Amino acid sequence: MDMPTPKAEIIAKKARVIGLLESVLPKEAVIHHEAELRAYECDALTAYKCPPLAAVLPATTAQVSDVLKICHQEGVPVVPRGAGTSLAGGALPTADCVILGVAKMNEVLETDYPNRIIRVQTGRTNLSVTGAVEEDGFFYAPDPSSQLACAIAGNIAMNSGGAHCLKYGVTTNNLLGVTMVLMDGTVMEIGGAYMDAPGLDLLGVICGSEGQLGVVTEATLRILPKPEGARPVLMGFDDNETAGACVADIIKAGVLPVAIEFMDRPCIRATEAFAQAGYPDCEALLIVEVEGSEAEIDEQLEVILKVAATHNPVELRQSKSADESARIWLGRKSAFGAMGQINDYICLDGTIPVSNLPMVLGRMNEISAQFGLDVANVFHAGDGNLHPLILFDANKPGDLETCEAMGAEILKLCVEAGGCLTGEHGVGVEKRDLMLHQFSPEDLDIQMAVKDVFDPAWLLNPAKVFPLTVSAARRAA
Amino acid sequence: MMTPTTEAELAEAIGAATSPLRIKGGGTRVMPGAGEGLSTRGLSGISLYEPGALTVVAGAGTPLAEVEAALEAEGQMLPFEPGVMRGLLGTHGEPTIGGAVACNASGPRRVQLGACRDFLIGLRFVDGAGRVLKNGGRVMKNVTGYDLVKLLCGSYGTLGVISEVAFKVLPKPETTATLIWRGGTFAEDLQVMTEALCSPFGVTGAARGHDGDVLIRVEGMAGSVAYRSAQLRLLAGRAAARIETDASANDALWRDIRDVTCFAGQPGRIWRTSVKPSDMPAIAALPHRHMVDWGGGLIWTLTEENIDLRAQITAPGHSTLLRGCGAPLFHPEPPPIAALSAGLRAKFDPRGILNPGLMG
Repeated sequence: MDMPTPKAEIIAKKARVIGLLESVLPKEAVIHHEAELRAYECDALTAYKCPPLAAVLPATTAQVSDVLKICHQEGVPVVPRGAGTSLAGGALPTADCVILGVAKMNEVLETDYPNRIIRVQTGRTNLSVTGAVEEDGFFYAPDPSSQLACAIAGNIAMNSGGAHCLKYGVTTNNLLGVTMVLMDGTVMEIGGAYMDAPGLDLLGVICGSEGQLGVVTEATLRILPKPEGARPVLMGFDDNETAGACVADIIKAGVLPVAIEFMDRPCIRATEAFAQAGYPDCEALLIVEVEGSEAEIDEQLEVILKVAATHNPVELRQSKSADESARIWLGRKSAFGAMGQINDYICLDGTIPVSNLPMVLGRMNEISAQFGLDVANVFHAGDGNLHPLILFDANKPGDLETCEAMGAEILKLCVEAGGCLTGEHGVGVEKRDLMLHQFSPEDLDIQMAVKDVFDPAWLLNPAKVFPLTVSAARRAA
Repeated sequence: MMTPTTEAELAEAIGAATSPLRIKGGGTRVMPGAGEGLSTRGLSGISLYEPGALTVVAGAGTPLAEVEAALEAEGQMLPFEPGVMRGLLGTHGEPTIGGAVACNASGPRRVQLGACRDFLIGLRFVDGAGRVLKNGGRVMKNVTGYDLVKLLCGSYGTLGVISEVAFKVLPKPETTATLIWRGGTFAEDLQVMTEALCSPFGVTGAARGHDGDVLIRVEGMAGSVAYRSAQLRLLAGRAAARIETDASANDALWRDIRDVTCFAGQPGRIWRTSVKPSDMPAIAALPHRHMVDWGGGLIWTLTEENIDLRAQITAPGHSTLLRGCGAPLFHPEPPPIAALSAGLRAKFDPRGILNPGLMG
């Protein structure tokens, strides 16, 4: 993975840039000592590291605007950072960039239940948005696995999803408005506590633009009344194909579960050893969750269990209590931690049409054999968003490279199967160089044309999303 | 009127154009502007429908009714409930799926399930330079690159001519019930709708018809609908006058809301205003005729021809002039947003030939 060569003339004027930043921010909000900058040298994609020129932690939208004006005027690239939990390297710095972190901006600005909205500063964590409203019976629906740590700013940048988006949608479906600062320092309000755009849907393209169009400092989010209850059912199957067919049949039966999660045997075994959730030792396992009152849940589960029974499950386990529900979810929720206990791994994020699930899982096994690395699968089956975990040994020379090459093959397979490279993690640097497998040069050109309008000098997070060869002319201009 | 029958022909027509084009889907909406007509009606047909994956892909010119019939046959639906505006707008023609996308057309379910833009997962289009482009795909979770799908949805043909669209669909609920309250003041009726939408009972419609009746809709499996209807019966201290459970009566009730049939054939301007629900009563107090949807978040207003409704509203939000002339169709945008929008149009349509002037 290449990054652009840092510009020597920017590194040469580090002292000047820091002086200018300190003229608009409190001294402690400008970080520039080598040791302190280590905290910003990578995000959750830890394979790649580079300390930035400096990092700033503004506390207000006005300060964000001041910082961007200075960087714009000095031609310094800016990499926005939420909580630094990106698995795609979305917040990976270059040596000539300023990291703009929104971590200090974490206030709730307004809670409005009758209108079912909350307005927050974007440094606030995902889970603490729900935390601010749950006592009053509401929640914020998008629930990425990192929700304890990840910030709304990053959720908006990556258009994050989660386990429950089959029913509730992803970030873009729950975002009503933003305060955003353009690279030249212009502060603008887009959208608000009302629905849909008066003209072009700028909010729609800002969400998911990986911090390349502007820095979002405040967000108006849709909150929803909490369902009365939820209950999962666990199903075990003899092979992946049957489990995949069962998913399609559940969906066709007319009930819409809030979540359908899938785990394959390698993942089941690892989580069982780690968390002892009592999962059956089988090839494939589904966790299907539905919501409503007790009677409504029974009504839906009856349909789902009837469908499942036609696929000869080796296990059908209905939860009868909150404890049993927690145990069913326990293994799934500890899957990533469990895999981390036994191995180094990289987590992929391709999406495929659900109908191609058996074919893709079969092909994935062939690729695994070809590269000689094991792969475990745990993913959101209802929407086809796969999370293959490729297991490798970080201490073994060449293993990471083999692992990355194998990951690329699996993602190309997802595209060939009618899907895409990334369902919820974002492109960042991780999938950047695979973009031409999914898009034509013209498809990428029109996307880059959007950035030309918002950030003509290509200073915001410039080395992400688009292959460097494809964006070279624009970045140089 | 040019009517290309393939995407390649569409690209050729746009590439070869030397003067403005007026893009047309089913022709059920009133779109002012001059130029040679370019119809998408030749790009018709469902190319992929996988009920088990909740996905449908169709040519932009496919009649909406054709898509809905195909989904209906599998017990599924387009969740955003797009309307048929020809009655309201006094037009003829057959609404197309591409037209619904170009206008981000969304009906009563928008309040709970989302808008057209929320269920659109991919599209193909031809930009103003005649390039065939794609964005999104046919899977419902996709963050690969910028989301131009949302940008194109509701762009009224000004960024490109859409040739193919892909949607996430949902199971069609087996049962529907509508609780009906006799109307009170707008503020009292807002309270009923707000309590319904703040409840955990999955309300998929909250409207106040022009006759003043407040309608609250619940949908799903039979037992669940019965349970939720009972739970919602008393709201804001008022009991529902009755509960409509007949399927075709429910269809008619919500079709009237969706298509704003109460203003069909009435002279005057028709405005569609999106605001924060709590701002609705102040707007509904203006001396015009109003119909309310989306729990107060959407107000349909019939005014006399010389009235500029936007000048009378102080609340944040936006009004589109759906019928009538003499005022801009779209709500004027603040200068920084207008500059970005103009910049995007210049990139997507460098020669300014796609519905020029329609959106600004």
